[in-house]
Amino acid sequence: MNAALLTVLPLAGTGDAVVPGSSTGDAAVFWVLAPIMVLASLGLLFARKAVYAALSMAVVMVSLGGVYVALEAPFLGMVQVFVYTGAVMMLFLFVLMLVGVDSSDSLVETIRGQRLVGALAAGGFLAFVLVALGRTAWPTPVGLSAVNEAGNITGIAERIFSRYVFAFEMTAALLVVAAIGAMVLAHRERSGERATQRTISENRLKRGQRMTPLPPPGVFARHNAVDTPALLPDGTPSELSVSRVLQARGQTLTTGTLVEHVPAIQEDMDPDGRGSRTHGARLDGKPDDTRPTRPEPHEPAGRSDRADEES
Amino acid sequence: MDLMNWVYLSVVLFTIGGATVLVRRNAIVVFMGVELMLNSANLAFVTFARMHGDLDGQTVALFVMLVAAAEVVIGLAIIMAIFRARRSASVDDANLLKY
Repeated sequence: MNAALLTVLPLAGTGDAVVPGSSTGDAAVFWVLAPIMVLASLGLLFARKAVYAALSMAVVMVSLGGVYVALEAPFLGMVQVFVYTGAVMMLFLFVLMLVGVDSSDSLVETIRGQRLVGALAAGGFLAFVLVALGRTAWPTPVGLSAVNEAGNITGIAERIFSRYVFAFEMTAALLVVAAIGAMVLAHRERSGERATQRTISENRLKRGQRMTPLPPPGVFARHNAVDTPALLPDGTPSELSVSRVLQARGQTLTTGTLVEHVPAIQEDMDPDGRGSRTHGARLDGKPDDTRPTRPEPHEPAGRSDRADEES
Repeated sequence: MDLMNWVYLSVVLFTIGGATVLVRRNAIVVFMGVELMLNSANLAFVTFARMHGDLDGQTVALFVMLVAAAEVVIGLAIIMAIFRARRSASVDDANLLKY
């Protein structure tokens, strides 16, 4: 810190000295955000699931961004929101999803007395620092309104690119090294040969799996949907043509509901009622002997990737 | 509004982060505790920058953020590498050097 300012230190008393450039809004910001931050960070300590801990941590980060803005550091507030909630906490959540639920989520202590000792150490530290802070004389707050006159970002930039330019260049190198290090650490060598299309199809043949692509869904679809099963020649819906997820949720259309849609479909095909109904293929699957059945060209239903999903 | 309240808040947050590091066993949660401690230090930096009317504190807080971001990347990569080798993210299970 500035040496000239530090000499002021013993002169100043504590108390409710008003910071220049501050407003009564500061107190409001403190009393709203501080309890939120403390409670959310306690969630880090007590939440059973790591994802809850990460989310409460994100709450702390966003609140800190607001705090920085209130403390006349708008640039840092923005960077805090971008870097911490945007990048760091997302990275945490990403790794949490990769790792999954783990036995280490349990709160059973493996070392006897560890939690008690930890709580004692934390409480001792807190008491120690609070007492030390309480016995310190603080300078009269100066406030940043004079320094921020040319703009907060301008002031920080002047320092970064003059006094701290070497440290700034070092952080650039640090970030590059960190990115490369993460790539090296997360890299995994391929243990076997990469499976080619030939080996995949040969394996499929050996195991007696389906060789052809699965039937596409939505042959009789009225909307661009994959919930309509294709109809086999005997009129039964093909289970293979709709996603198993939709079937498990019971979200596929059945043949019965398709029959209910027939008038609307015919209305769609022939809106003004003129012309023959040559387009109307019967949806109950019975062979239609009065009209030539001609399948309508419907939406492209090529779903070759679903064959891989089945294997 | 006493500016020192923010310093007290940062002390409380630092303590909670430290307790998290001491008590929790999931390596990722422990790591979040470290992040909380770094952030509380940043809060103190910003508060003192305002108290002294000097932007140096904010500049240092910016550097702390940069270093913390790099540290998170490497730390999480290490946790993932350990998880792949040991099938666990518990700090108790990373004891290969013990025997």
